[in-house]
Amino acid sequence: MEITDKMVAKTATKLSAEDIQKGKVLSVKWTPNLKYAWDNGPALGRYLAELKNGRIIAKKCNKCHRILIPPRMFCELCWVPTGEWVYVKDTGIVNTWVISYVDWKAGRLDIKGGVRPFTPAVIEIDGATKGMGILHLLNEVDPWKIYRGMRVKAVWKPPEERIGAITDIKYFKPVE
Amino acid sequence: MRRVAIVGAGLTKFYRNAQETPKELAYEAARMALDSCEMKLSDIDCVVMGTAPDAFDGVHMKGEYLADGAGAYRKPYMRHFVGGGTGVLSPIHGWFHVASGMFDTCLVVAEEKMSSAYPHPAGAFLTIFDHTTEQPLYPTLIWIFAIEMNRFMTTWGYKKEDIALVAVKNKRNALDHPSAQLGAEITVQDVLNSEIMAWPVNRLDISPTSDGAAAIVLAAEHVARRVTEKPIWIDGVGWCLDTAYWCTRDLYYPDYVEVAARMAYKMAGIKEPSKEIHVAEPYDPFTYKELHHIEGLLLAPRGKSVEMLKDGYFNRDGNLPTCPSGGALGVGNPISATGLMKIIEIFLQLRGEAGKRQVPGKPTCGLAQAWGDLMQVGTVVVMRS
Amino acid sequence: MALIERFQKVTDVTYWEGQIPMSYIYTVGRAGEKFFREMINGKIFGAKCNQCNLIYVPPRIYCEKCFERLEENYLEVGTKGKVHTFTQCYETYDGVRKEVPSIVAVIRIDGTEGGFVHWLGEVEFKDVYFGMPVEAVFKDKKEREGSILDIKYFRPIK
Repeated sequence: MEITDKMVAKTATKLSAEDIQKGKVLSVKWTPNLKYAWDNGPALGRYLAELKNGRIIAKKCNKCHRILIPPRMFCELCWVPTGEWVYVKDTGIVNTWVISYVDWKAGRLDIKGGVRPFTPAVIEIDGATKGMGILHLLNEVDPWKIYRGMRVKAVWKPPEERIGAITDIKYFKPVE
Repeated sequence: MRRVAIVGAGLTKFYRNAQETPKELAYEAARMALDSCEMKLSDIDCVVMGTAPDAFDGVHMKGEYLADGAGAYRKPYMRHFVGGGTGVLSPIHGWFHVASGMFDTCLVVAEEKMSSAYPHPAGAFLTIFDHTTEQPLYPTLIWIFAIEMNRFMTTWGYKKEDIALVAVKNKRNALDHPSAQLGAEITVQDVLNSEIMAWPVNRLDISPTSDGAAAIVLAAEHVARRVTEKPIWIDGVGWCLDTAYWCTRDLYYPDYVEVAARMAYKMAGIKEPSKEIHVAEPYDPFTYKELHHIEGLLLAPRGKSVEMLKDGYFNRDGNLPTCPSGGALGVGNPISATGLMKIIEIFLQLRGEAGKRQVPGKPTCGLAQAWGDLMQVGTVVVMRS
Repeated sequence: MALIERFQKVTDVTYWEGQIPMSYIYTVGRAGEKFFREMINGKIFGAKCNQCNLIYVPPRIYCEKCFERLEENYLEVGTKGKVHTFTQCYETYDGVRKEVPSIVAVIRIDGTEGGFVHWLGEVEFKDVYFGMPVEAVFKDKKEREGSILDIKYFRPIK
């Protein structure tokens, strides 16, 4: 048996987004009104509280000796509770990065109009075990001059604007 | 464990916007699969459903919603979900049911209707990231693909224009696929000139969002021999998840795909995958992913896949044709249905029923693979005629 | 293993707020297109499976029992039915107390296996009973838009 054009022809009916939005076919609209309050738990709770203080904190696994960031209550490799808290630096190196012309909902940024592309990166934090990275944004750098291994440092919001969030760090910028 | 064969297959057209409800799409694929092996719904002992996040179709408890369209009325029914890896987990899930001896037949259905989601289905991916440490940065799925592609390119010195050949190959292959949404004759230059989404990813490096469904019928050996002269055996299955702390993984190589592949190869008795696999459908939601996976599947040495691609090794008439269907890039990417479409392509190739897409040399062993979740799951199925 | 560190004070417990910022537009599908277009005409349609000898309301393109195609078998089923079961609801879907409770019933359309959930109107809760004959009350034609809400409610047949 081959699957042929004829067999699939009537399995689905092609529409355009306009056909739906302008009512060529009937449709129903719905916007879910669901909101969440996610418990931070002890590990992320302390992580966020320290971000408010302008510091980055990690946690150590006493079995594999990794210094884990973001901190977590158990080591996902050794499956044992983690040990002591360890402050790490707010500097690091770029592991990999992106020059993004789109926002989270795939909407295009007005690059021609002068909007700077987003430059998210995985940043390996100094003081954590090598390879332990976090996702954050880069700025104060020409997007096209970012390179692997570039040294960067956190740019913090002023203390009065910090709320205990990953965005208390505005972005990371290059340091030479 | 009993031997399990695929004996029938069905597939809808893939479109960016289909009128059909998710149930209706599931029905069309399931019905075609039953018809293809002249079976009735009453011949089916159990049903499994693969469908990815509820947030695409916008139906909470999508598995339950889809049950009757998938033919599961008053039958044992299970839904599974591992993001983009779902479609290739589907036959694995069905395989358990039959290999265990519990059921003789299983209808496996995969469905996705992404067009329901506004402002764009990409937005549904926001909530797969850690809600406290990552979501506040408003990441998109395209970012993490681009971030991985960049690491992959930087590690091996691969060039964008070389990776673009994957889009050229797959979209051309898709011209011969009846369900294809985006079959086209394009050039490397077209890929490089298409809009930048998130460097190094351009628009033509990405598979489209799609609506569609796929289905297969699995049978135990004694039933399979009765139903068809050309059963295609599921000889190896493997799957594996890596840590969700994705930033701490080295993104240039998908270790979890290798673990899944080794599991499937061991089960199928495959020692030298690059020689013993004749045709493969690695998951290609983005151009570089096909190469990333080819390396993870041990079908090419690490750092060598681009060279082989440029030599035509992965073309339909090459040594190891990959994505002869046209893949997610060409046929379309209704997430879970894409993985099952790949299984169906290998099924047809091994039966010699792929029509214009048939690869030469009468292949007898093939592989399909998918990938997903937070860049952490690999699912692999090895099939033989 | 046990996690050693625990919260000592309630005030140490923190949380992060968020939502899933999506909205949806669902097409009603092939069978739904027939059902809701006819709703505008003040009619209720079903689909008959000749093999299983039953009528689905709302209509479907397939029979869930035998998988036969039903797209050729759409038919008008009238607007009358019977109360299969019912309840009185004091809260909205998201848990807000209603000023006036509403009566919700499963209505079985006469001559069919099918039916749907809808409101009952022009009746007191204490007077509703299983098997009560009811009929659909449609909105004015001008206001109908091909929605389940084109039926305002079902009311007892006097």
